[in-house]
Amino acid sequence: MSTPTRAPAAAPGIAPDQQRDRASGIGGNAARPDGTLKVTGQFAYGSDLWADDMLWGVTLRSPHPYARIRGVAVGEALATGGVFAVLTHADVPGKNRCGLEHSDQPVLAEDVVRYQGEPVALVAADHPEVALRAAKKIAVDYQVLDPVTEARAALAPGAPALHPDGNLVRHLKLRKGDPAASAEVVVTGCYQVGMQDQAFLGPEAGLAVPDGLGGVDLYVATQWLHVDQRQVCAALGLPPEQVRLTLAGVGGAFGGREDLSMHVHACLLALHTGKPIKMVYNREESFFGHVHRHPATMRYEHGASADGKLQYVRAEIYLDGGAYASSTPAVVGNAGTMGIGPYVVPNVHVDCYGAYTNNPPCGAMRGFGSVQTAFAYEAQMDKLAATLGMDPVELRCLNAMSLGSEAPTGQIVDSQAPVAELLDRVRKMPLPPARAGGIGGPSALAAQRHGQPAFDLRDLPGGVANTTHGEGVRRGIGYAVAYKNVGFSEGFDDYSTARVRLEVIGGEPVATVHTAAAEVGQGLVTVQQQICRTELGVDQVVIHPVNTQVGSGGSTSASRQTYVTGGAVRAACQAVAGQAVALAQRQLGRTIADLRLDGGQFVSAAEGTVASLAGVLGSDIIEETVEWRHRPTYPVDPETGQGFAHVQYAFAAHRAVVDVDTELGLVKVVELACAQDVGKAINPDAVLGQIQGGSAQGLGLAIMEEIQVSDGMIRNPSFTDYLIPTILDMPPMQIDVLEYPDPNAPYGLRGVGEPPTISSGPAVAAAIRAATGLELHRVPIRPEHITGSMPGPAP
Amino acid sequence: MTLIEQEQAEPAGEVPERRITVTVNGARATAVVEPRLLLSHLLRQGLRLTGTHMGCDTSNCGACTVLVDGTPVKSCTMLAVQADGHEITTVEGLATQSELHPLQEGFREEHGLQCGFCTPGMMMAAKALLDRNPEPTEEDVRWALSGNLCRCTGYQNIVKSVLWAAEKLRA
Repeated sequence: MSTPTRAPAAAPGIAPDQQRDRASGIGGNAARPDGTLKVTGQFAYGSDLWADDMLWGVTLRSPHPYARIRGVAVGEALATGGVFAVLTHADVPGKNRCGLEHSDQPVLAEDVVRYQGEPVALVAADHPEVALRAAKKIAVDYQVLDPVTEARAALAPGAPALHPDGNLVRHLKLRKGDPAASAEVVVTGCYQVGMQDQAFLGPEAGLAVPDGLGGVDLYVATQWLHVDQRQVCAALGLPPEQVRLTLAGVGGAFGGREDLSMHVHACLLALHTGKPIKMVYNREESFFGHVHRHPATMRYEHGASADGKLQYVRAEIYLDGGAYASSTPAVVGNAGTMGIGPYVVPNVHVDCYGAYTNNPPCGAMRGFGSVQTAFAYEAQMDKLAATLGMDPVELRCLNAMSLGSEAPTGQIVDSQAPVAELLDRVRKMPLPPARAGGIGGPSALAAQRHGQPAFDLRDLPGGVANTTHGEGVRRGIGYAVAYKNVGFSEGFDDYSTARVRLEVIGGEPVATVHTAAAEVGQGLVTVQQQICRTELGVDQVVIHPVNTQVGSGGSTSASRQTYVTGGAVRAACQAVAGQAVALAQRQLGRTIADLRLDGGQFVSAAEGTVASLAGVLGSDIIEETVEWRHRPTYPVDPETGQGFAHVQYAFAAHRAVVDVDTELGLVKVVELACAQDVGKAINPDAVLGQIQGGSAQGLGLAIMEEIQVSDGMIRNPSFTDYLIPTILDMPPMQIDVLEYPDPNAPYGLRGVGEPPTISSGPAVAAAIRAATGLELHRVPIRPEHITGSMPGPAP
Repeated sequence: MTLIEQEQAEPAGEVPERRITVTVNGARATAVVEPRLLLSHLLRQGLRLTGTHMGCDTSNCGACTVLVDGTPVKSCTMLAVQADGHEITTVEGLATQSELHPLQEGFREEHGLQCGFCTPGMMMAAKALLDRNPEPTEEDVRWALSGNLCRCTGYQNIVKSVLWAAEKLRA
């Protein structure tokens, strides 16, 4: 098959003469419309919002993971000078419940708190420090209870029920073929994934402004305005017309802004005081103020024939959902239905559980259920390869899913699934050079003895800590491949709305796009402009402020916005273009069969340029609003997990090269290589940015990122103690972007954002295993796992 | 804190306050501040220069990096009173009226930002590097920016952006 393939991204370097088409249509590297604002400091993030008469709101949170509330005394706090309001659950005028899939979480706690950090009361004051001091004067009488802190324990008989219907949020059963299949070669393993934080840099923030008529305008950094609006309306007891949301500048999201944070709280305070309320979390509060990635405990058994063909996979997956459901049901759906990886297996038996505990609530984070299982199934593939004496990449390719394969859900993969090709591509990329003189080899050590290090010692594991001169350092190479569903699955009505307007301003045709789809940094605003330029043939495209004055754009998650909102913008543009062509033909007084818009002109193949768009439009305005859906998906069978659950799959493979100081357990990732199929790169620069950033988050989970929770308490809620990769931790990348079009998707595109986060971490883990010979059952892999002082859970 | 337009007597009240004078992006500003006030809060809330972002409060992320007499400083760990008499440059001081600074151009040209929250701090730290080393290697850039976190980009294009700016500045 001849398929256009993008050249691998150049290694970091400069191409000063490269002329970019700054205002290009799809497929070009159009410039971000918000780029200048962002580099000049003028872009207004949620935390930058300001109203002259505003008050500052703060949240009092529970210090206990599980406790009964016997009383809340607010008198002393309320009497503090500068304080305008102190609110508790009794002040919530509507329904005191919110939640993405289940409304199970109080806006403010009533008689019980179920996690450390649960909001209990609110304060508004004229200064943030005054508000904080007043909050400390609120006396909450807690009766502390024993927390449930482990998913399997929560589901065990006799565990205290944390919610009225018990502790099971969802149990997904996947049954395909023979549940008791046997095989010649069997490998088993038990794996754990720690709790990862989205760690977006811009903390939760927003400004609520009362309108004086009983309604409120909320400016907030979020991922999904309309689902926020639905929950805020329910809590305030107001109709949507009285609760208007506008997107504030978003400093990263990665799933952590799909649930509510300060939304209702700020609105409550604003309506209560009659003044604008600004709320900004600091970093510590941010760790308590949003959901995290589900920690997972997983047991896998893989059976294969002696020649390496997978015969069966059986797995049991436990996801700790924490105190409230958030998106746990959908995460369970993903982890279960895609839990064996992009492989063809005739017999599959998976049980995936999501449980309530008293740990911090978990929900959406980039990769959404697929990240956890990829660590397990890829470790199993390496283990199986080692047992069989096969090359791990060959084993994967032998069992790889491809076009026409049957997924474990019975769904036929109906567009390209280049799993084997992606692996082959990363394997064939040039390897980074070995260190001069070899690491820790005699020549390197000899060179050092003569005062001439053969390489920069700072590049070794341990960096500037100068913990090794190369002795004990071993290099390892690891591979992983993964896949992810794009868009919302299992029958969810997944749509987006776009309003496109075409008019002449200052003699030039200008298109304006209005959606409620959140730009969170990924570049959706750029993509929308590119689609308009391509479809309408105009250069100037204005992105209207993103708000709830237009229909839902759906969530900026699940790698779905370019697909779904992109699809909606394309459809709206096509409707507008159709009207413009009809108008031109009416003015011309005749029909030209292939008349279309291009470069601000009406053109046809036979007649060339027929009329100018500006001339035809005159003072007319053409506007169309389109609600666009991807093809439907369907719920899976509750007993077998079979069904057409996912609209599209997206695939990525990584190769990781690591140096490991085996004596101290320190790891340096030397290089990451990635190959990903994106169907069609609407903006190649933005695609590479997603792959690079996504890969970094996977690397982080593999070797450093974990919210340490013990007894239900977060022990490291700061960037001092929760580490994310720095510029020195993240190595250079080689990237190969494939473009096999998906015929079902707009322009053939595939969602891009999540796959690289899924496969990079397992590749790093595999490389560390290759360097050390250790099994390493838990991520993040810590020094003590490598040195053996604490080897992690037994298989 | 109060910004004052002209000379006034040293304030005396219940809360101890100090009058300070700082030069921010070339403009002198005099303010009456509590000694506990952070430089980042003076910039953001007092002077409304919100391009200096606060991402962590613990000097880990570097989003609040500004230049104090040309040296990169995380403004969330410096008290406003410590800046008394000093020259501060923030992201708002990088561009001229008509032209972006090459670093700003570089981050825009090389897709060096996504959400952009880290970008002002990255550019200020990078400016300090380029001021002392106009021909940095990729390694030099990485070490110079090792105190600034980015969660979106994986840093690849940030390196390219700074090298782009270095080349433009040399031209």
